[in-house]
Amino acid sequence: MAFTSWADFWAMGGYALFVWLSFGTTYGLLLGLWWYSKQQHKNIQQQIRAKAAREQRVRQHQEREK
Amino acid sequence: MWGSMFRWLDPYAKPETLYHLCGRLLPYLMALAVFTLLLGNIWGLAFSPADYQQGDSYRIIYIHVPSAIWSMGAYSSMAIAAFIGLVWQIRVAQWAVLAIAPIGAIYTAIALITGAAWGKPMWGTWWVWDARLTSELVLLFLYLGVIALAGAFSEAARGIKVASLLAIVGVVNLPIIHFSVEWWNTLHQGATITKFAKPSIDPSMLWPLLISLLGFALLLAALTCLRLRSQILMFEQHRPWVRQLVDSMAASRQKEQN
Repeated sequence: MAFTSWADFWAMGGYALFVWLSFGTTYGLLLGLWWYSKQQHKNIQQQIRAKAAREQRVRQHQEREK
Repeated sequence: MWGSMFRWLDPYAKPETLYHLCGRLLPYLMALAVFTLLLGNIWGLAFSPADYQQGDSYRIIYIHVPSAIWSMGAYSSMAIAAFIGLVWQIRVAQWAVLAIAPIGAIYTAIALITGAAWGKPMWGTWWVWDARLTSELVLLFLYLGVIALAGAFSEAARGIKVASLLAIVGVVNLPIIHFSVEWWNTLHQGATITKFAKPSIDPSMLWPLLISLLGFALLLAALTCLRLRSQILMFEQHRPWVRQLVDSMAASRQKEQN
């Protein structure tokens, strides 16, 4: 352990602003990208499902018309 | 010769196979990425000794160097995928370009932001227009250009082709970034580990750096898997296998609800 206390650790030898700014934005951006990609995947699945359901409804309707 | 050499790769060029392979790999890659990233970063932040010149500000190295190296690694992979997609018309390679570009852009942004936050206390300025910083900024614009071009055409296939071309041309920027610290006078220090010599860093600092480096690499792989799956689904949505997949997912979801 390079620090003697938690306060010491958070202070980062006087460089707290720069160190925590760096680590904060890094993890913020990485989590954001992960969340966005996950969401995108879910949206695409939903779109495909909706499209398939709509096609099925159209098919059923056409069969009833016959 | 080339045909037979790469024959073993053929099944993975099939979108369905690749989709399932990525799905199987994803949880392992993600778990390993999170574990190594946290291990390397916490080790570097709390347990490595402070630098004799830079004090604790040097700890930014544990994200700055990995993100910078892999911003270039991601670009190389993207350009190779673009080349394969253009020359051999392998569609999954074309989609990989779209999957990797945003990850590379984020890595580049991280390298630039952490570099600025490190430059302020050490050089006295957030930014200088010197060779290393400027060429890395050009890398960010290349990524953004690839993303923008890919979405700029009403016909998706043409967008991917133009974006791939830009990705390949942009490769000239990679050696410029790497050698910028040797070719020009710059504030940025020379290479610490990416050189053919003993790393100029103490093992107590090198180990967490190497682990963080591995963490960023694994995260790049995991995110590529996740994003490539989305691209495959999107471009293959009219194929029967995707319809079956989505149907079976809907069915299993209904079973869960009941």
